Amino acid sequence: MKPTLDVDLDGLRLARPVLAASGCLGTGRDVPPLVDVRRLGGVVSRSLTLGSSKGAPTPRATETASGLLSAIGLQNPGVREFVAEDLPRLVGAGVPVIGSVAGASAEEYLRVASILHEQPGVVALEVYLSCPDEERDGEPFYARPERIAEIVGSVSRLSRLPVFVKLPPLLPDLVATARVCVRAGAHGLTLIDAVPGLAVDADRLRPRLAAPFGGLSGPAIKPVALGAVYRVSRSMPEVPIMGVGGVATSEDAVEFLLAGAWAVQIGTALLVNPSAAIEIVEGLLGYLEEKGIASPRDLRGRLRVARDGSAVKP
Amino acid sequence: MRRVRAEILNTRRLGVYHSLTLVAPEVAERVRPGQFLSIGMPPDRAFLLRRHFSIHQASRRGGWAGTLEFVFDPRGPGTAWLAELKAHQFLDVIGPLGKAFAYPTKLTNCLLVSEGHGSATIYFLAQELRSRGKRVDMIIGADTHERVFKPIDGKRLSQSVAIMTADGSLGERGSVLDALPHMVEATRAQVIYAAARRATLRAVAEFCMERQIPSQMAVEEHMACGVGMCFTCTVPVIRKDGSGYDNLRACTEGPVFNPARILWDRWMGDEPKMLPTPPEGFPVIRTWPG
Repeated sequence: MKPTLDVDLDGLRLARPVLAASGCLGTGRDVPPLVDVRRLGGVVSRSLTLGSSKGAPTPRATETASGLLSAIGLQNPGVREFVAEDLPRLVGAGVPVIGSVAGASAEEYLRVASILHEQPGVVALEVYLSCPDEERDGEPFYARPERIAEIVGSVSRLSRLPVFVKLPPLLPDLVATARVCVRAGAHGLTLIDAVPGLAVDADRLRPRLAAPFGGLSGPAIKPVALGAVYRVSRSMPEVPIMGVGGVATSEDAVEFLLAGAWAVQIGTALLVNPSAAIEIVEGLLGYLEEKGIASPRDLRGRLRVARDGSAVKP
Repeated sequence: MRRVRAEILNTRRLGVYHSLTLVAPEVAERVRPGQFLSIGMPPDRAFLLRRHFSIHQASRRGGWAGTLEFVFDPRGPGTAWLAELKAHQFLDVIGPLGKAFAYPTKLTNCLLVSEGHGSATIYFLAQELRSRGKRVDMIIGADTHERVFKPIDGKRLSQSVAIMTADGSLGERGSVLDALPHMVEATRAQVIYAAARRATLRAVAEFCMERQIPSQMAVEEHMACGVGMCFTCTVPVIRKDGSGYDNLRACTEGPVFNPARILWDRWMGDEPKMLPTPPEGFPVIRTWPG
């Protein structure tokens, strides 16, 4: 029996459980020919703001041990130009697009979503909550449950598309925050966003990034991401989760599925190896074949834990 | 751009620098001066990101046809690993990447300015300019004599050359900037090309703007992916119509830029804040190459 790779994220059907994470394929208009987007389950767009955004000053990224610390500062052409210039290329390539919604205010999130959700080819929205909140002096939106509920609620009420919420792992209570999202109307969750961090240049007595904080991504954060996926999926097994954070090989993807993810997104690995996502798709198929498993769905949450791990907070 | 598994043909030390020659005919036949290569690091290492190197030589004919050479300063873990590799091992190579130097159509006298291993890309450019019948003169420099990259090649490729070292251990004492006014006069330079550290590029850019000499520069900015996906390596560049600026990717819209259009204050500023577009807009830059 040949395994199939298609997955159903509670109504969102994808041909493969492997997507490109937000911000890792440029804006979409000039995806390098090395990346065959047609063979991906989907592409999450760059996080989009209402107007164009110039992003952060350089240096914007630095390599750390098994990781990448970056602060691009949401450089993007703005949602309208994205819809005019970038989206048609992605849709033309035949890949489902998940629009990543960003903003500096609750109103901006809503306006970006209202433009994105009616575009043909956009199959879902992903709300990116790590933007600085202009009403709260730059505090990220994810820091307050009531802000999360307000934004996720308004976007979810507006859109007929499934709405995923991307959360960072460093929250006082990740599971409680995930519940806030779902209660506000989120269809699913994307776990995890990059881990906030700092890199220091001791020689020059300075931070390595101009921002100066950045988000850590890559293999360094994989255990953090797996832990987050596991905890949330054990608490809410019916809520679709896209696992993201250090997925670089098909073994990593299998680990995320076992921990409870319904699909995985590939980020930093794509920057290092443009064919990473394709290799992961093929590797996953090989794994299912070898183990005699019919579908990635049959791996989901199958991690064997001696005790009920959900009661143990790491 | 192509991605190939390229065999290392030759590896050698060049003073403090290191050079690798690869067999990559698909890349070598397309490459032009100013463009660069992206080299994958070993998948099992702690350092993830690809490394990016400008191209020093591409041989399209003769016994070395289909080969490429790049030069680096082995300082970090990635370059140290590259320096340890042996001939006949293979590398994951993407290239050619980025915009190349443009050649002048009418102007003939080209002055090429480089520091350290920036000379590697400049010597490649010198060959191409000479093969187009241009006059090439050079200013090459570094802090010390051992950091001057292949000065004999510099001499061979140019009508006249000024070698500058900060400690005076080779050529004249001083920086490449000190030689600039005299060399521009002596060679009647009409076009200036440069590859050097950022502060030097800025000073050369200001000199060129003051004298209205068209110029092109290869910049260096931290890159993560090298192929335009991550927006790490941006440089603030004034729009052609002066209506503002855009953060352009050095890997895709660069690494060669017209320095008259770079917003140097913003690019080199330490202040992590946005500079607004002034109400009167930016100047419209009309000097070649536009």
